[in-house]
Amino acid sequence: MNGEHSRFDSWGNSMGALLQTLLIVVVGIGGFLGVIWLLYWLASQLPEPWRERARVAVFVGPALALLFGGLIVPSLRTAQLSFYKGPQPDQWYGLGNYRDLFGSEDNLLVLRNNIWWVILVTTFSVIIGIIIARFADNMRGEPIAKALIFLPTAISMVGAGIIWRFVYANNPSSQFGLLNWVWTGLDPVLPGKQDAQYWLQDNTFFGIESSFLPGLNTIFMVIVVIWIQAGFATVVISAAMKGVPDDLVEAAKIDGATDRQAFFRIVLPYIKTTIITVATTITIAVLKIFDIVQAMTAGLNDSNVLANDMYTKSFTQGLPGYGAALAVILFIAVIPVVFINARNQKQLRES
Amino acid sequence: MTDTTLPQAGPLDVHAALDDQSPVSSKIAKKTTSRTGQIVVWIIAAFWTIPTLGLFVSSFRPEREIKTTGWWEFFASPDVTMTNYRDVLATEIGGEPISTYFWNSIRITLPGAIIPIIIAAFAAYAFSWMTFKGRDWMFVAVVGLMVVPLQMCLIPLLKWISSDAWYSPVQGGIGAVWLAHAIFAMPLAIFLLKNFIGGLPREVIEAARVDGASHMTIFTRIVLPLSVPALASIGIFQFLWVWNDLLVAKVFAGSPDNQPMTKVMVDMVGSRGNDWQLLTAGAFIMMIIPLIVFLSLQRYFVRGLLAGSVKG
Amino acid sequence: MSTVQMRNLQKRYENGFEAVPGLDLEIHDGEFLVLVGPSGCGKSTVLRMVAGLEDISGGELLIDDVVVNSMGPQQRDIAMVFQSYALYPNMTVAANIGFAMKLRKTDKAEIAAKVAEVAELLELTAVLDRKPGQLSGGQRQRVAMGRAIVRNPKLFLMDEPLSNLDAKLRVQTRAEISKLQRRLGVTTMYVTHDQIEAMTMGDRVAVLRAGVLMQCASPSELYDSPENLFVAQFIGSPSMNVVRGSVAVGDDDTIELKFGGQSIQLTGESAARLKGLRSYDGREVAVGIRSETIGGDGTASIEVGVDLVEMLGSELLVHCTVDAPSVRAVDTGVELSDRVDSTIIASVDPRHPVKAGERVRLGVDTLRLHTFDLVTGDSIGRTQ
Repeated sequence: MNGEHSRFDSWGNSMGALLQTLLIVVVGIGGFLGVIWLLYWLASQLPEPWRERARVAVFVGPALALLFGGLIVPSLRTAQLSFYKGPQPDQWYGLGNYRDLFGSEDNLLVLRNNIWWVILVTTFSVIIGIIIARFADNMRGEPIAKALIFLPTAISMVGAGIIWRFVYANNPSSQFGLLNWVWTGLDPVLPGKQDAQYWLQDNTFFGIESSFLPGLNTIFMVIVVIWIQAGFATVVISAAMKGVPDDLVEAAKIDGATDRQAFFRIVLPYIKTTIITVATTITIAVLKIFDIVQAMTAGLNDSNVLANDMYTKSFTQGLPGYGAALAVILFIAVIPVVFINARNQKQLRES
Repeated sequence: MTDTTLPQAGPLDVHAALDDQSPVSSKIAKKTTSRTGQIVVWIIAAFWTIPTLGLFVSSFRPEREIKTTGWWEFFASPDVTMTNYRDVLATEIGGEPISTYFWNSIRITLPGAIIPIIIAAFAAYAFSWMTFKGRDWMFVAVVGLMVVPLQMCLIPLLKWISSDAWYSPVQGGIGAVWLAHAIFAMPLAIFLLKNFIGGLPREVIEAARVDGASHMTIFTRIVLPLSVPALASIGIFQFLWVWNDLLVAKVFAGSPDNQPMTKVMVDMVGSRGNDWQLLTAGAFIMMIIPLIVFLSLQRYFVRGLLAGSVKG
Repeated sequence: MSTVQMRNLQKRYENGFEAVPGLDLEIHDGEFLVLVGPSGCGKSTVLRMVAGLEDISGGELLIDDVVVNSMGPQQRDIAMVFQSYALYPNMTVAANIGFAMKLRKTDKAEIAAKVAEVAELLELTAVLDRKPGQLSGGQRQRVAMGRAIVRNPKLFLMDEPLSNLDAKLRVQTRAEISKLQRRLGVTTMYVTHDQIEAMTMGDRVAVLRAGVLMQCASPSELYDSPENLFVAQFIGSPSMNVVRGSVAVGDDDTIELKFGGQSIQLTGESAARLKGLRSYDGREVAVGIRSETIGGDGTASIEVGVDLVEMLGSELLVHCTVDAPSVRAVDTGVELSDRVDSTIIASVDPRHPVKAGERVRLGVDTLRLHTFDLVTGDSIGRTQ
């Protein structure tokens, strides 16, 4: 496609693009399959016992090669890189990158934000998941309500970022941003003056400046991610809750438990492992949060997070050593969560 | 699949969880779904819907109205136009119209979702039904690699993939994005598919061997057809992941004309953040494919989600 | 038309477990050989080694006088019916039956004709287009049979093919398989844990315990002349009554067997039948009495207390107590009970007026007594 006739995407033009796309897709996938088949055919020409070994190699080889060349080696290389200064290679810096990371207040802000992200998104997603799973169960219109809450799961972080930027928009001449419209509309009702805000630029915690508390802009992005993750929590928790045997709850009721007691003492403990699974899964996803920050604040006004900082330091500011150190920190942060999840899964299987 | 001989992919009956038409009604809730509880659910559901609705409605409103009135006023004076969509497709970002980036997304996503699943299925078959030295510990190692965040690999991987040295497989471009997605998808895809393929009845595989089938024949004629539910679940998951991805594309796609919709929409937020007539329509074009896939194959998607949440 | 020979066939697992320590067994051309034994005795392992699904750790396996140890299952020209039937769930019945021929690149028309023929034979014509999931248990079983016979293999291997059927269908299918095998004349190896299946179907039956062949003979020989205590107790229902007794050799060619307060005199032919007992004079042995040899007009008799009477219509099962400890064959050898009395079961004429709680004297047919060494469990017969 070239710029001359792209004012209006003509029919012929998009047909061309479609054909070109099909060609790329077919050649890409077909070429890949062809290579596998060719290798398998070659393996089959060998004499035993090499034939069988070669066939095994054709089956697992590609996966192992990808994992070794794409995950293992690069990870080790990144760990090594984190001890170098960069951008020039081979400039030994020892623990310097880590010292820079923990020594500067700006950099610590990034860590602080990530911690708040994890706490807030995980807690609220799980709580909302539990609330919906419990109150929507067998309610009229349950499928519709759940589908509405589940829908954002399919929306990209970038898409969600745009959707919510529109909600948070501030246009002083006329408020088309939903939040500011509601906020300014509340002016006569609430005490004080409710002016329209640039929500995504506010780095204070409701006016409080603190190096400990998260900025309002972070909280408004957190809401977006809760909006995305709650559907996942709802579906999984709801499935588990429907798996609680009726007998158990009925027995508790006969023993004199109220609905509330039966829920908190029987149902919730019964699905504890599922809740932990959901919480750890969301935690891991949130630790790596990146797109939403890119799409909403670009990390400005003290709203940066680890993965975004890692990206900008490595790829736009030419500090791969520091970026590598951030990646290592991220890796270290993920390990205990995965460990908790693994132990939880083991318990689940044993019960 | 109605065959009783087949194991279920997920640990739970997921479809029932989502749109519960199943007769197994839980008495817990029947007695306890209070009026307040229902109201809370509907309030949350509304809160979850309104932002998307606002974007959707606005994308059909004339520019002048978007910029002067709230989208909710659309319902008072409906005024529908397709201009925003036509404009945004022709809008040039980085020297190319948006439509180019839409096609790029498809070019990236289809192979980016299908290739890793084929590779993982081959590996899962080998880990399940072939015998070779070190099979068990290799599989444990693969599962263990799920711990590694992709950020750990970006810098060296980019150097390797996009360098012009002989050992660089694709030297940048869309192929590099396919390769990166294949790498990052591998551990979870192998883990999930191994669970499914390894759970197929041993005797069926043996019957095929006795009938004279080679590994490739068993794989293509028996295992793949029987694994369709699992492949579909993981395939949809991977499709949505790749389509919605920003980071991998940003790092690996190289030149701007290989970038997908996500990247270009972020750029548009930065450069034309107040042109809501373009942003709303653009965002919707970006979201429409995953929404169609999601809504039509929700059953498989949920199954994948539940199976996936079994292991982070 | 084929033969199978196992020469010192061995199976050892990596953890050191010896499933089959060394098996010598031959299957004749066209023969129906049943491999029977309790679960875990290694019978399926042997079958799977013959199939090529399990590696052979030692010894030799010959099919038609060719060593096939290192051949894969696809090279051995065998067909197998699995316990779960192992039908391909994604293929129709016709495709299931024709799969092996398709892999051998047989002409399409030929496959279709052959499949139709087999379907006709097994009454599957009406369901050829269905998937296995839509079939009844009996139909699935027949599809599995059809998949095996369509190829005219050298050898049929069947691994408990009836165990997933209900009791009635099992009896019926049992007969059908026997008839089919005789008609086709294909050498068959059949594994089961059910001794009734073994007895009714096999030309010969091989009894296996812990991987060791205990006896291989025709069903009637197994029943009438078990070579050891294990076979004696495994074959037959109710199981053979075995109690501990002692031997006293008389001077006039008589042998006296004493257990508890009972005594059985063996004279003439019955003494000659068990003349091996002479070398056990004054020692203890295991005395085996089949249920149906008690309660008739025996040449000897025993006195028992009746605990329970079960009326089966065609026979009356009398559970009674004798004052002698029981003996039982187990996986590791012979197990002696430390109780002083034991329960034996007699199968008597249903018109016999016996009642629970009574003490009665029941005849014993001394011509059908069995005796076994208490240590080795080997039968003591004419020789020794």
